[in-house]
Amino acid sequence: MIGTIALLLGFQLTGEAAVRLLDLPVPGPVVGMVMLFAALAIRGAVPDEVSTVANGLLAHLALLFVPAGVGIIAHTDRLEGIWPILLVVLIASTLMAVAVTAVTLSAMRRLQQGRGGK
Amino acid sequence: MSELFEIWVYLAERPLVWLTLTVLMYWAAHRLYLQCNELALLNPVLIAVVALVGILIVTDTDYGTYFEGAQFVHFLLGPATVALAVPLYGQAHRLRRMGLPLAVALIAGSVTAVVSALGIGWLLGLEPDVLRSLMPKSVTTPVAMGISEKIGGLPSLTAVLVILTGITGAVFAMPLLHLLGYGPEDATAKGFALGVSAHGIGTARAFQHSEEAGAFAGLGMGLNALLTALLVPVINALFMLAW
Repeated sequence: MIGTIALLLGFQLTGEAAVRLLDLPVPGPVVGMVMLFAALAIRGAVPDEVSTVANGLLAHLALLFVPAGVGIIAHTDRLEGIWPILLVVLIASTLMAVAVTAVTLSAMRRLQQGRGGK
Repeated sequence: MSELFEIWVYLAERPLVWLTLTVLMYWAAHRLYLQCNELALLNPVLIAVVALVGILIVTDTDYGTYFEGAQFVHFLLGPATVALAVPLYGQAHRLRRMGLPLAVALIAGSVTAVVSALGIGWLLGLEPDVLRSLMPKSVTTPVAMGISEKIGGLPSLTAVLVILTGITGAVFAMPLLHLLGYGPEDATAKGFALGVSAHGIGTARAFQHSEEAGAFAGLGMGLNALLTALLVPVINALFMLAW
């Protein structure tokens, strides 16, 4: 377990360093994810321990967003007066993005396969 | 009673109480969600956030004090994002074959997320600086704030809009996809749509569905962060011309 934690932190740190060094427009952990993916592809398999710890962490991913979510409390003045409109915009826009992404992906895959099924 | 109050005053200043309450509220919210047959409106992130905001208001605690405890949970977001490579690698054999469909769906979803927010917001009379803060709302917070700053939005407003977008996606995306005829076996499309339109909070929702959905959500989140960073400055420039 400690080995996997060191591995994840190491890739995050390398990712953060790469972002600073190359001035990339994405966050360090996302670059770390790409690097770990490349490392797994080179190795050709995921060690059991890495799989257990990674999936354990991701099973509770939702919990990790709670502190940032509570951060809304520090910005309520920004929303004053416009929050009903913003809520309408966010719900409509997010639902449109979800529908368009899913339907486009399904349509493209059907086109590629040349027959039925999503 | 006054002794209890003194204990509270002491504890409220320590990180432990806020760390404990964060984990406890999420645990309780998750149990409630499962007991109510996974009712979408009872999304555990939404309920835990509402409960904690309520506690902070009632106890007159500022966010800085709360975050001193909650930061230990928040910090795990970085390693968890790196860990997304593991389920994604589990789908690697399908990625090459799906490259073109995923790329087209990404572009369609990304453009829709930005242009629909801009269009609907403009129709409803939002100010230009609010509209600029809205455009990057579907991508992960640090990227969204960077984009917002670059095009003259308000980064702190963007941070709030990003969180609200994530919760909106986590609550409404699955019921919508169900209405559109997507069943439990369509984990790929559902996951990818959640990641593209509702970043990490959508990805967390996708992991509650299945590991496959979570893998494609993580992929969608990462790719859309990159595409939106390239796209929004262009769309903003066009918007400035039309204004």
